[in-house]
Amino acid sequence: MKKSYIYFFAFFLLTSCSSKEEEIYTPVPYNLEIPALFADKLIAPIIPADNLLTEEGVLLGKKLFFDKKLSGDNTKACSSCHNPKKSFTDQQQFSAGIQGEFGTRNAMPLFNLAWNFDERFAWDGKEFGLEQQALEPVSNPIEMHANWNLVVQKLQESTEYPTLFLRAFGTSKIDAKLVTKAIAQFERTLISGDSKFDKYLLGEISLTQEEENGFNVFMDEAKGDCFHCHGSNNNPLWTDNAFHNNGLDTTFQDLGFGAVTGDPNDNGKFKSPSIRNLAFTAPYMHDGRFATLDEVINHYSEGLQKSSTIDPLMKKVNEGGVHLSLQDKNDLKAFLLSLTDRKFINNPNFQE
Amino acid sequence: MKKQYCLLILILILVTRCNEEKECCVQPQFTITLNFTHHWNGLKITPQDFNELKFTNENGERLSIERLRYLVSNISLINGKNYHLIDVGENSGTSITIPELTDESYALSFRFGFSDEDNTDGTYQDLNSVSFSVPGMLGGGYHFMQFDGKYIDNNNEASGFNYHMIKAVDRTDPNNLKFEDTSFEVNLGTIEVASNPEIEIKMNLAEWFKNPNTWNLNELNSILMPNFEAQKMMRENGDSVFSLGVVN
Repeated sequence: MKKSYIYFFAFFLLTSCSSKEEEIYTPVPYNLEIPALFADKLIAPIIPADNLLTEEGVLLGKKLFFDKKLSGDNTKACSSCHNPKKSFTDQQQFSAGIQGEFGTRNAMPLFNLAWNFDERFAWDGKEFGLEQQALEPVSNPIEMHANWNLVVQKLQESTEYPTLFLRAFGTSKIDAKLVTKAIAQFERTLISGDSKFDKYLLGEISLTQEEENGFNVFMDEAKGDCFHCHGSNNNPLWTDNAFHNNGLDTTFQDLGFGAVTGDPNDNGKFKSPSIRNLAFTAPYMHDGRFATLDEVINHYSEGLQKSSTIDPLMKKVNEGGVHLSLQDKNDLKAFLLSLTDRKFINNPNFQE
Repeated sequence: MKKQYCLLILILILVTRCNEEKECCVQPQFTITLNFTHHWNGLKITPQDFNELKFTNENGERLSIERLRYLVSNISLINGKNYHLIDVGENSGTSITIPELTDESYALSFRFGFSDEDNTDGTYQDLNSVSFSVPGMLGGGYHFMQFDGKYIDNNNEASGFNYHMIKAVDRTDPNNLKFEDTSFEVNLGTIEVASNPEIEIKMNLAEWFKNPNTWNLNELNSILMPNFEAQKMMRENGDSVFSLGVVN
């Protein structure tokens, strides 16, 4: 009888030890390095209270982001279409899924996502929140085409992941929700704010005459009038993260935001992308129709197409646009390229 | 024994007086709610009315509203942060609650836009974050209003308009910009707040196109931010835009 007490006591000790191990480890809060201009000009980034950034969570998210186990046949990772060297896009018009199938949208670059204050992600805003967004490509049949249960099983059976999840989230039991939480944590650390133009705004360097004039074209309501949708020196995101019809088509094959809201007034609207890092993110537009920045500028200058939902901010639509001079076009391009952040694409924290 | 009774009575008197004193000094506090509503000559406008060419301005042009954001500041009852961006399409900022008012009546007023003193470039993070600032070449600061839509032009085609109001700037001499403050104060009279009222402040959008300047959208439809004269006309038309609505 006495012996059974001893066994019971030993069992109790063991159980309490193992459960305590899961409870005791406290992940280290991650210190998000916010660029000075962002801290000065913008409201705080969106970090969900139920998914605060931790060193362990970010590290785990990074590992998952680059791990091909997240695809159905272990051939593609998130990074296959979101390559850090290309500002987290892939320079393809459309990206091939694991079976070689192509979608109809250009892979969006990924940076400064924590400052998307409305939290609508993707070209058409269909995903609310980064965690939710990360769910979709894994199971999408023309992308990673995996079964989430099988992905979780693969991760659970690996030698590394259960411990990493334990350290990041206090449990070694993996599920899709925790996987996307970790990926979202990593994605929120992808901050780009160190371009030549940022340095200019901080008073560290000067612009060339071309870049300076290009910035003026960008900000001039009578010329580019780009600032209403694409940010400014006071909005260093260089996007409003909102949805606009920028005059690409007279009729719509792809309804964009309209298919998400169900409101025909939103047909043909797509998210304004940031104009940071354009040097790495060709081709351009939601369907990658423009191969070069010159084509993009020509579109706004003389290629606008009229439709019922075209944004009123598109000027002189009946004439195809504002007809910038060649000099202004070249200068505008020079300014746009001054928002290139090479430190971002080479940041070792973002590489595999 | 007598001594003890006396002491007890003294304490009792003191305690009661203290309580009375406390009660006499607690001032009642009131809360008011300002509700900004929008109409077109009496026809109520909600976000559901956007994107339809259903309004006709004084000049006879049919038009729609696609985006309407504007700034009010210096509300007379508020201390502390005192500017508010109202985004009608997104239905945000239209209701402002002001708690802890202690007087029973107040003169209600606010400023449309920012005074020159408050209109400092890049200062307000929340306004920067929603791209409401004005280019430095126009003096910087912030939009007072961004009112975008479409109108039927003289060729019977739908064209865009951007009725954007900012501090007026005369750029005739680019090296010597001249500014004119186009923000304006709106006085809505004295209001009683004793019953925690909800106060409606009405904006009649038709007035922006009407009084005293009949607005011709075929002539003045876009690139109005650098247009000194257009900005001054907007300012003049603004005088009759706001009125006090229902007070409950």
